[in-house]
Amino acid sequence: MSSFSVTEPSDRSKWFAGTLVIVYALITMMPLAWIMLTGFKSPSDAISYPPKVVFEPTLEGYVNLFTTRTRQTEEYLEANPPETWYEEIVREYDMVIAGPSKFGERFMNSVIIGFGSTFLSIVLGTLAAYAFSRFKIPLADDLLFFILSTRMMPPIAVAIPIFLMYRTLGLSDTHLGMILLYTAVNISLAVWLLKGFIDEIPREYEEAALIDGYTRFQAFYKVVLPQAATGIASTAIFCLIFAWNEYAFAVLLTSGTAQTAPPFIPTIIGVGGLDWPAVAAGATIFLLPVMVFTILLRKHLLRGITFGAVRK
Amino acid sequence: MAEVTLKNLCKSFGEDVAVDDVSMTIPDGAFVVLLGPTGAGKTTTLRLISGLEKEDSGEIWIGGRNVSGETPAQRDVAMVFQQYSLYPHLTVKDNLAFPLKSPILKTPQAEIDRKVAEVAEVLQISHKLDNKATELSGGEMQRVSIGRALVREPAVYLMDEPLSSLDAKLRTDLRVELKRIQGSLGATLLYVTHDQIEAMTMATHVGVLDQGRLVQFGTPREIYEDPDSLYVASRLGLPRINVLPADVFGGVPPGTTQIGMRPEHIRQGDGQDAEVMRVEHLGDQNRLHLTLKGHAITTIADPSTDYEPGAHIKIAPKNPLCFDADGNRIR
Repeated sequence: MSSFSVTEPSDRSKWFAGTLVIVYALITMMPLAWIMLTGFKSPSDAISYPPKVVFEPTLEGYVNLFTTRTRQTEEYLEANPPETWYEEIVREYDMVIAGPSKFGERFMNSVIIGFGSTFLSIVLGTLAAYAFSRFKIPLADDLLFFILSTRMMPPIAVAIPIFLMYRTLGLSDTHLGMILLYTAVNISLAVWLLKGFIDEIPREYEEAALIDGYTRFQAFYKVVLPQAATGIASTAIFCLIFAWNEYAFAVLLTSGTAQTAPPFIPTIIGVGGLDWPAVAAGATIFLLPVMVFTILLRKHLLRGITFGAVRK
Repeated sequence: MAEVTLKNLCKSFGEDVAVDDVSMTIPDGAFVVLLGPTGAGKTTTLRLISGLEKEDSGEIWIGGRNVSGETPAQRDVAMVFQQYSLYPHLTVKDNLAFPLKSPILKTPQAEIDRKVAEVAEVLQISHKLDNKATELSGGEMQRVSIGRALVREPAVYLMDEPLSSLDAKLRTDLRVELKRIQGSLGATLLYVTHDQIEAMTMATHVGVLDQGRLVQFGTPREIYEDPDSLYVASRLGLPRINVLPADVFGGVPPGTTQIGMRPEHIRQGDGQDAEVMRVEHLGDQNRLHLTLKGHAITTIADPSTDYEPGAHIKIAPKNPLCFDADGNRIR
């Protein structure tokens, strides 16, 4: 016997919804899965047609990603037998490892710049959002609109002025320069998102804390922040994803010291012909931090995406 | 505990005058109830004293100290809000301990544990101490928020209709308990309520507010028996005071345009003829709804009387309160 309920969906619609979600998830995960698989293919398997789904996995792509290699004479190769598993892999092509590639360095640049700008955006964004939410600021609405308006053009539209400014200020190709740039772009998103979250936290909590013997900053820190955690987490994910994936400015403003992974990964292609497995390996590793960060914060993210939908 | 004095306190929000030239002294250890309809300025008065709002003009003295310009924390006040404002991310225990852990009090942990346990006991929430604040019922939340005030020993407790969201039994229990605590601590307490029973049973003094002005301040008996105006008279009394044109019964001082008779101040058996419209049997008394020359009158009768609707009885006022055209009392 089944009971009728207005709010509880029927078994059939649950099945339907479940199937739909699974199909959608499979479709969206397909390219990701393909990249991850390609990372473990040999270069010939990677470009074979029809595409190979079953293949002999190899770490060649990862070795090529992290190393630079040179061709050597047969005498040299015979005199110096390979000592490690990754040297053996390169020997198959009569090559030896000349040294580490720049990938590790570029990846660390991405981590420093991505997380650095996310941190800065969140700190400044939370404080600004709190001020906009709680204090009477003259022209607050205009200021908020002004902050939002920075998002109304594609950032690349100001690429040339920024390029010139950065050159003059000596910020080109520096970590600080990139952190400031991504923070400037992200802060409008952070302020608007966080203001929405903080608006929903009733003032009474802070008033109670003020009377309970705390200063305004302590009340903010002890009462508002814990309740804004959801908003902060989801805002942080949005900021990180932007800074992490940003390509255009990274190409324009960085070339060496501060170059991030996105402009670096495509350059692998040119090093030794079309080395797709190495590119795929780079993309796979590049995906990991955002994935881990998102998984760590996912229970907040879920509430964050639906924020405002249901009032307690 | 301390005496609180308000001197010519004024506060407006834009065009709206919330508190209008209020002067009042709340003696040390007094339990003062503020009465008035919604929008009379009761809550604003509390918020001004607590420091959550800044007064436009006037002075607030707590314990002989002018506290204007001090932060809420510096003023050493405890407040219970009308909407229970428990910190949702903390447990009940941490909520109760929160004021004690403040940088101003910095209470040692052993002392915190002792006080929290003691207050939880009084408010009957000991078994909920480890619950998250959000897992409580409305009544429990309000008890915790009262508890958060009671763990401290501030100069003055401010309470904004703290019992209004509780069920009847709990309200009665807590009313008695609050009064007992206030008495044993000798605490100064300023309390906002709509509830006549709370005002009459707990208050040592009652202040009646009308559109931001303090219109009368006195003991509950004075306010009830000797109101200065029709407005004050109608604030207390359940059923409400009956208001009739002065000429219905006659025999009033010159200038009187209307008279007020509390339901128990009506003599039955002589005077004008009134018709019984409805009888409510409350158990300890019967409530009679009468009409007299088109005016509705409510009075009470002994529970043993058995009037039926349609019956006629004679009634006459017993010491009626006389008011002029502006509602001011004529004595």
